[in-house]
Amino acid sequence: MREITYAEAIREAMSEEMRRDENVFLMGEDVGLYGGAFGVTVGMFEEFGEERVRDTPISEAVIAGAAAGAAVTGMRPVAEIMFMDFTTIAMDSLVNQAAKMRYMFGGKAKVPMVLRCPAGSGTGAAAQHSQSLEAWFCHVPGLKVVAPSTPADAKGLLKSAIRDDNPVIFVEQKLLYRKKGIVPEEEFIIPLGKADIKRKGTDVTIITYGRMAESVLSAAADMEQEGISIEVIDPRTLVPLDRETIIESVIKTGRAVVVHEAVKTGGYGGEIVSAISESEAFDYLDAPVLRIAGKDVPIPYNPELEKAAVPSVAEIKEAVRKVMNR
Amino acid sequence: MDEKEKMVEMYKRMNEARSFEEKVSFFFARGMVHGTTHLSVGEEASGVASCMALEAYDLITSTHRGHSQVIGKGIDLNKMMAELLGKATGYCKGKGGSMHIADIKAGNLGANGVVGGGHGIAVGAALTQKLKKTGKIVLCFFGDGAANEGSFHEAVNLASIWRLPVIFFCENNFYGMSMPLSKHMNIKDIVKRAEAYGIPGYIVDGNDAVAVYRKVKEAAEYVRSGKGPVLIESKTYRWLGHSKSDANVYRTKEEIVEWKKKCPLKRFRAYLLKEEILTEEEADAIERKAKEDIEKAVEYANNSPEPPIGTLLEDVYA
Repeated sequence: MREITYAEAIREAMSEEMRRDENVFLMGEDVGLYGGAFGVTVGMFEEFGEERVRDTPISEAVIAGAAAGAAVTGMRPVAEIMFMDFTTIAMDSLVNQAAKMRYMFGGKAKVPMVLRCPAGSGTGAAAQHSQSLEAWFCHVPGLKVVAPSTPADAKGLLKSAIRDDNPVIFVEQKLLYRKKGIVPEEEFIIPLGKADIKRKGTDVTIITYGRMAESVLSAAADMEQEGISIEVIDPRTLVPLDRETIIESVIKTGRAVVVHEAVKTGGYGGEIVSAISESEAFDYLDAPVLRIAGKDVPIPYNPELEKAAVPSVAEIKEAVRKVMNR
Repeated sequence: MDEKEKMVEMYKRMNEARSFEEKVSFFFARGMVHGTTHLSVGEEASGVASCMALEAYDLITSTHRGHSQVIGKGIDLNKMMAELLGKATGYCKGKGGSMHIADIKAGNLGANGVVGGGHGIAVGAALTQKLKKTGKIVLCFFGDGAANEGSFHEAVNLASIWRLPVIFFCENNFYGMSMPLSKHMNIKDIVKRAEAYGIPGYIVDGNDAVAVYRKVKEAAEYVRSGKGPVLIESKTYRWLGHSKSDANVYRTKEEIVEWKKKCPLKRFRAYLLKEEILTEEEADAIERKAKEDIEKAVEYANNSPEPPIGTLLEDVYA
């Protein structure tokens, strides 16, 4: 099996879909000749030309708004917002327009667009270029939210997102762009709304997504030595959420920890905890469900401060011990 | 339709718009309709004649003050009235109301509750036409208030650099809710902004249906030829308040009376008679028919079922 990077996997997904369907096109800031701020679209301008790989001015509101307008009239735009932080400028287009058109027009519109959002901290870019804002979008009915943690997931999910008839917020992890993983060479797609059990275990369930999956898997490997067996579930899609897989696992283990990079207050972890406590899994719990999340602060510049703002492997292990020692 | 038939149809639709809104205003004043509405009485020439200058297959994005616009585009009055009354037979199955009348198949990409919310959608829709080489164009309605939204700047600039087939059609009614144009921008003519984007801009008397029709027709030809967008500023006036709860404290009765003298319907009727496109009797018949059709629409809406509660969760996702 071959290994490619997360960025290459995303590029492959877009290129394959563009070859398959002429209605798919890219737009965004510097996605053309430059190849995207993170190099994700490198080479696509050369293959598909400027009509289908469209450089836009620095205008996030109209990038998202025009994507919605193109989608509702029959195209399948894949728009890139250079940093997820800048979706703030595109919010009306996403929240009031793209997400609402179908419902408020009585089901007569389809808005098949993807908004790619490089997210997360760890690059020393400080408070306005490092956020994980996925929870905002999960709070808006009409949007789907996807947050892959591996190259294979990124590829399979992006292909599904492009084929989906709804607006999809696709949360990419900047720190994962250069990470390699096994990605099948033959064509495959991963359906939205299907969780993946990244590691089988029996004592504690950890639910995580995005960049934190790596830290959680590393914590799980370490704790195996201590005799604690951790099951790691990556929902991969936050909306729609695969509740069944999470609930089944928690019924089995009786203990759960939720881990994400986004700040804790109002974070998506609260939703996952609620999904557990509202389900039959509640009766099987042997300990309170814990959330390990980003500190409630803007991401700071200093590298040590920046690291301290997001969950560490040590914190994850501590949480596991806490739920085990009840 | 030849030009004469178009003029007659235009007069019909302007009367339908007026009668529709008079009826809606009556309903709201008596609390017979839920929610709110924004009426365009006085702006019918602007909304209707601009759409009539397009081809039937062209597209529009409408606004919160969009009744005249969507009637101008061509609409089933029954389904429109039903939507205002929140009925299952309405354009949006009772889920949209006055601010969200849409008929995607017929090229109405939707009215919009957000001031400036249609700018990006219009540009994206125009991009589709360019990429698919359909030959269709998009007319984007917005008001003087929306000309101050950031989305206006982003959208017009993008449409300009990509030479997209959009007519940005500004219905300048001189007030952004209560704030007069003289206070909300430091220029007299919004059209001046066209120059900043390197596109042509024109002012038109928005109460003169024929002038609006001719100017949009000319702009449509330019836009369709692939030369890029055009900005048209249509100066007009809303006779009624911003929404149902407006006491008009920010303008004088005299000002309103002055504008009522420039009634777009009376003015167009006089033109049609003078040009012998219609006789007095024919014009009267059109006006009468519009009122009757609105009554029929009310009857249709009243007799329509409420949307079943079971539809609440439908159509969030495709």
